[in-house]
Amino acid sequence: MSPSFFGGIHPDDGKRLASNSAIEVLPPPEQVVIPMSMHIGAECVPAVKKGDRVLLGQVIGEAPSFVSAPIHSSVSGVVAAVEPRLHPNGRNVLSVVISNDGKDEYYEGVAPHEEDALSPSDIIGIVKAAGIVGMGGAAFPTHAKISSALGRVDTMIVNAAECEPYITADHRILLERPDEVLAGIRLLMRALGLDRAVLAVEANKADAIKALKEKLRPGGDGIRLLTLKTRYPQGAEKQLIQTVTGRQVPLGGLPADVGCVVFNAFTCWSVNRAVKTGLPAIERVVTVSGPGIAAPSNLLCRIGTPVERLISAAGGLAGEVNKIIMGGPMMGNAIYSTEVPVVKGTNSVLAMTKEYDRHVENPACIRCGRCVAVCPMRLQPLYLYICERKGDAAGLNRLNVSDCIECGSCAYICPGRLELVQSIRSGKAIARGKK
Amino acid sequence: MSALDKERQLILTVSSSPHIRTGEDTRSIMLDVIIALLPALAVAAYMFGVRAILLALASTAACVFFEWGYRKAMKKPQAIGDLSAAVTGLLLSYCLPVTTPFWAVVIGDFFAIVLVKQLFGGIGKNFVNPALAARAFMFSWPVIMTTWVTPLSYKSFFTLKLIDASTGPTVDAVTAATPLASLANGAIPESVSLLQAFVGQVGGSMGEISAFALLLGGLYLLVRRVITPVIPLSYLLTVAALTFIFPLGGNGRLEWMLWQLCSGGLMLGAVFMATDYTTSPVNPRAQAVYGIGCGAITVFIRYFGAYVEGVSYAILLMNTCVWLLDRAFHSGRFGAARKRLAPAAAQAGPAPSSAPAPVRPPERPAEKPETGSAGAAADEAGKASAGAPDPKEEKSDE
Repeated sequence: MSPSFFGGIHPDDGKRLASNSAIEVLPPPEQVVIPMSMHIGAECVPAVKKGDRVLLGQVIGEAPSFVSAPIHSSVSGVVAAVEPRLHPNGRNVLSVVISNDGKDEYYEGVAPHEEDALSPSDIIGIVKAAGIVGMGGAAFPTHAKISSALGRVDTMIVNAAECEPYITADHRILLERPDEVLAGIRLLMRALGLDRAVLAVEANKADAIKALKEKLRPGGDGIRLLTLKTRYPQGAEKQLIQTVTGRQVPLGGLPADVGCVVFNAFTCWSVNRAVKTGLPAIERVVTVSGPGIAAPSNLLCRIGTPVERLISAAGGLAGEVNKIIMGGPMMGNAIYSTEVPVVKGTNSVLAMTKEYDRHVENPACIRCGRCVAVCPMRLQPLYLYICERKGDAAGLNRLNVSDCIECGSCAYICPGRLELVQSIRSGKAIARGKK
Repeated sequence: MSALDKERQLILTVSSSPHIRTGEDTRSIMLDVIIALLPALAVAAYMFGVRAILLALASTAACVFFEWGYRKAMKKPQAIGDLSAAVTGLLLSYCLPVTTPFWAVVIGDFFAIVLVKQLFGGIGKNFVNPALAARAFMFSWPVIMTTWVTPLSYKSFFTLKLIDASTGPTVDAVTAATPLASLANGAIPESVSLLQAFVGQVGGSMGEISAFALLLGGLYLLVRRVITPVIPLSYLLTVAALTFIFPLGGNGRLEWMLWQLCSGGLMLGAVFMATDYTTSPVNPRAQAVYGIGCGAITVFIRYFGAYVEGVSYAILLMNTCVWLLDRAFHSGRFGAARKRLAPAAAQAGPAPSSAPAPVRPPERPAEKPETGSAGAAADEAGKASAGAPDPKEEKSDE
């Protein structure tokens, strides 16, 4: 039996809605809103001011520290404002608003690199300058990840599990551009000085697996295609490492501590593009799907495009929509206005309808133990819940509340409908505050 | 507000992830338990007549009524729709003799629902099994609780006179000793065969007699994944092992063991009572220890106790240890093995440990799994202000 991660769930993946829709290019909007924080780490400092003319690919936000990623203009045009705007996370974040002149005039720095002449540090430099972050949603700056892994890893894993229901962005890019993803993988292998990598895809993407197999060079290529059992949260970093290598990332440790580094498939695609064309992270594929979307689609759209535009391009809303989610249904954020922009980590926009709302007024734990059984981190969510209700910081720490990856499996499976993730998030704050 | 928001007059719910939930809920689980209990009721009705069904219905109705009435009186939100009170009522009737008067059942139901369950906070909060606690309480009426009717001895399927507590049993059926009484004396029962005991043609509490029907129900619960096999198996295997190793009265080991397994409340206890979610551990290892404990105490009481049946007291005793067991026997922490594992050795995984957590290295930027949460960046940045719990549900039309 192949190794597997602990626990997990198997919800209806809903991927059939969008998995057959080829990637369409969404025309850039008249105005883009580009937040200065689209990654884990320090917020960028605006490099432009109102009235400035900016070009496509020009840096508009400079990274102030190592764990950060520069931000580029996704259109050419004039800066209309530099002000706080609504971010997918629900807060107002300093953003650069650019009126698109529709010319898509490239910034002079956007030029292809001489690929064969690049040294590993050149590649890292390109990745850094291109503002590439973990495109699977976590948005950790990729150059920082490479640097932390340099010389410490023996296994590079490419995460194409895409375990969240509905999302098919990675699926489509693997299916339609397998060459470009594989080229990106090879570039990252070169940057890390590795001759091997594992490309891990969930079994529910059979056509993409077939496409990749055809493109893989027979023998000596170093990229191993691994088909994973479809199970959530297969694509969570620690769980993926456990499934692929059997290793457990130690407490408070990094993947590099067990010799692993994990990149998302779309990140690999972005790396290849940055090297081949010089284009920074200014656009990405977003799945627009869910039961409340009329024509589920996969759209290649500019960073900063309002969600509203994506929904219209996907045929608009259908049915009694009561929730719009950025990200997957398990870990994504519910937004309250469709004016928020697509950011680097946005892999999907989902519209959910009323019949999917199983919220109850009086949730009650019946101690069925399902939350314990499904927890991939071997936590005991029901006891965390009790401690959080009591404000018991010592109890929360004893139960290792900080280990929780907030994958949502416990809350998904809970027959008593407890808001376990919400409770655990609050529990983490309690535990930190009184440590 | 975007044009789309205006045009559609969208009112969007903002709530914590996850945004999808399984269809299974407390009610569907309890309904499965009720379905799983039906074969045993069918056998009871066949063996003891229609009164078995009436008793079950009365007990169920009374439990639901007390749950409704208590919550109404206390101005608490109603919860009878979760069917947990119905399950308690059904289970209590199963561990009573078919001749139990209705008034006694209703008092038992009151004890189970109001005193054992609701006074501790309702579903999920009671620390002992309500049905078993009520049964123990009902031994205040020893005659009622130990009057056994011989199966198929009723004159008419539809009539069975009530027991009169003051004058003793005057029933239209033959009373008889149960196999347990015989086993307590170290003797294999002579009047019935092992096969009869297995299918349920024996004296005993109305829902406990048929090991076969109860196992059938247990199988259904396993298939529906309402229960896992850990508790029933560890419980039954412990009883089997102990009775096989230590047969009483010079009886054959295998025969003695099988009689012990098929007698009394063991099957009902192992499949339906010990697996009660609220009063059993949630960690698989703790569940195994709990099952073994139930089995050992059951055999201990059956062998050495004054009272012939040990199942209810064994489970009630183990109920009180649940929190302790969950704390002592959890599965260990992810990544608790600190040293880096060689790829070859890694397959086996690290030894689980419940030892105190080692000192954690200094804080570093938290990693989020790459599964698709948008806007994680600023989420991280805003964590400092996340001290207050998120509002449960915010509606906004802006």
